[in-house]
Amino acid sequence: MTHAPDPLADLRSGFFVECAELLERLQDALTELEAAAEDAAATDPEVVNTAFRAVHSIKGGAGAFGLTALVGFAHRVETVLDALRDGAIRPRAEDVALLIRSADHLADLVSAGAAGTGAPDPAAGIEAGLAALVPGPRPEAAPAGTDAAHDNRPWQVAFRPQAALFASGNEPLFLLQALADLGATDIRCDFAALPRLAALDPEDSYLGWRLTLPATRRGAEIGEIFDFVEDVCDLTMERLAPARPTTTPGTERPAAVAETPSIRVDLDRVDRLMNLVGELAINQSILTQSLSEGGLDAHSALAARLETLTGLTRDIQDSVMTMRAQPVKPLFQRMGRVLRETAAALGKPARLKLEGEATEVDRTVIERLADPLMHMIRNALDHGLEPAEERRRAGKPAEGTITLTAAHRAGRLVVELGDDGRGLDRARIRAAAEQRGLIARDAPLGEAETDLLLFRPGFSTAGGVTDISGRGVGMDVVKTAITRLGGRIAIRSEPGRGTTFSLSLPLTLAVMDGMVVRAAGQMFVVPVAAILETAKLAALDRRSFGAEAALVRLRGAFAPLCDVAAALGMRTAGQTGAEAIAILTVAEDGSRTALVVDAILDQRQIVVKPLRGGFGRLPGISAATILGDGRIALILDPGELARLPGPGTGPKQEVA
Amino acid sequence: MGLNILAVDDSRTMRDMLALALGEAGYTVRLAEDGQDALDVLGDFTPDAIISDINMPRLDGFGFVEAVRRIERYRATPILVLTTESAPELKARARAAGATGWIVKPFDAPKLVRALQMVAG
Repeated sequence: MTHAPDPLADLRSGFFVECAELLERLQDALTELEAAAEDAAATDPEVVNTAFRAVHSIKGGAGAFGLTALVGFAHRVETVLDALRDGAIRPRAEDVALLIRSADHLADLVSAGAAGTGAPDPAAGIEAGLAALVPGPRPEAAPAGTDAAHDNRPWQVAFRPQAALFASGNEPLFLLQALADLGATDIRCDFAALPRLAALDPEDSYLGWRLTLPATRRGAEIGEIFDFVEDVCDLTMERLAPARPTTTPGTERPAAVAETPSIRVDLDRVDRLMNLVGELAINQSILTQSLSEGGLDAHSALAARLETLTGLTRDIQDSVMTMRAQPVKPLFQRMGRVLRETAAALGKPARLKLEGEATEVDRTVIERLADPLMHMIRNALDHGLEPAEERRRAGKPAEGTITLTAAHRAGRLVVELGDDGRGLDRARIRAAAEQRGLIARDAPLGEAETDLLLFRPGFSTAGGVTDISGRGVGMDVVKTAITRLGGRIAIRSEPGRGTTFSLSLPLTLAVMDGMVVRAAGQMFVVPVAAILETAKLAALDRRSFGAEAALVRLRGAFAPLCDVAAALGMRTAGQTGAEAIAILTVAEDGSRTALVVDAILDQRQIVVKPLRGGFGRLPGISAATILGDGRIALILDPGELARLPGPGTGPKQEVA
Repeated sequence: MGLNILAVDDSRTMRDMLALALGEAGYTVRLAEDGQDALDVLGDFTPDAIISDINMPRLDGFGFVEAVRRIERYRATPILVLTTESAPELKARARAAGATGWIVKPFDAPKLVRALQMVAG
């Protein structure tokens, strides 16, 4: 939580945060222009203006931080937008597409600037395309004036303000002061033009000055003083014509407070608050439980106060969650870029339709959603969409549409990615799965079960590997990532109409639904997201293989049994009681394990507390939580638990 | 020193930079996000000089300067416009609107202070 006292570094990081917003605004504006260009509608000047201002602000800030590549490229884009704004060019669809690609490159340059890495080159054709749109780019700031190196002639300056100088808010006195600072001597006022008082117009100008400046002064230095007034005064500088001012690099490290309608807070501060609120919630539930165990009358005034406290705690928890929440929009916009690049590489025209971009979710969820979504978009383009020719034959528009939507449903974030392609070819999926030995030849599978084969590790229908979504990285990776986030994934597909993948994700990773279970007298929590089914162990069809290994039949398939207490070394295998429960879980890789516990106690929302410091990494345990009675319960990682060596074959695991 | 400055820019980074640079130099700074916002600020804050960006939503720098010049007590208040180009036509437009001078971005604190001293002492 310590803060380096470097306001400039803060400004710099603030600039990159602002850039993200500006790039988003630019993207929005360009998307609107794209729609207008396609409908051959007139472009809305305000939309062009918004895009221009976004690029302009990026350029301005980039200049301040010395990001020259970003300044240069932003300037080129800005020039085109400026010409658009003036109506000098009417954008065609391909021009807007070029601008969108340019915006992508701007984003790259911003990222490179933020990371401090070298500026990447723009994709082929972008710079030439931009240059072709605007003949003769606007000149940037004129080059600095140069002076003869060793000129020992002093300067003679004559300066006579016009009336307009005063009207513009300039004040000759300050200019003379600045000249005096440069070492001006022999300053003489020429009041020959001064009329008699009766004829004097107080808003006119009658005075002029002559002065001498040392020979060592550069013309540019003197010129800079008159920069604001050269058009509203008569000025002569003998020895050299006035030149442009030069800029000198400098630093500023001041401290002042800016007035803004919002404040930016370091993420770790919010996380700390989140953590404290978690502690508060735990303590509050401990308090509630111990008071009720102590025989507190449920109708007493104290009980009512406690009720209020419970409600307040929950409200605080919710509002801290919303602080970490961010709209999915920037993530979705990045997907637009993935789509454009993939579509270009595959030669399949496609557009991205976004819905519900304002939907908010915890930023960790957003960050970890990027890779799976990217993979799914590539898959949708590569496998979902037909080639343009095939689409035309099927009576569809040549351009495919990928729809990405987000919404809150039942306390979860639902993200759907749909294409209007050919739909899943279930016969082909089945054949591929059989060929790869993922299912038996005669396995009876419904449509939904067939679709789920896509998520099996090693599954692929690709005859040849494409650069886009092949190379052995399949949908199982997506499934793994989503499961790790506590999410679920489902598929809907209709032949000839398209396929939609539906992701259901928790709104935050800091709390989760857990099933509290008991094994060998200890409390554990099994993440509800990982649970498929629970059943009494005694009632199940069970096949044993020696003392250690056993399988149970659940949901039509055999799953390995894993006695939680035995796997963690708390007892030897085969000591489960008659009332033991089997919990069928599915791990991130899709593998199923039946966890055996002594009893299921409760199902509730728990606050996840990471295990840190001296605990190191506990195999089979993902984190911990504190229960209402103050006891600590470890949160199980079913997938890892199943892979632990059995108590007879490996070292025993010590558990607190 | 100790002059009151109104700084107007729609970019948060720019506003932060202006506030830092001017604050360090001993000026008292008020910030506004665009021309409209700045005109509202002028109701209860009387600056000795104004620094304004040109490209802004709602009311841009040219419009803002023109509006300020129409207010009697700000007829002679120095107004510097922030621009990324030193193109002559831009300066001419700013001057026509009533601007006192301009600061070409990127600027550093000394350059900003020098420009202010030139117009406001």
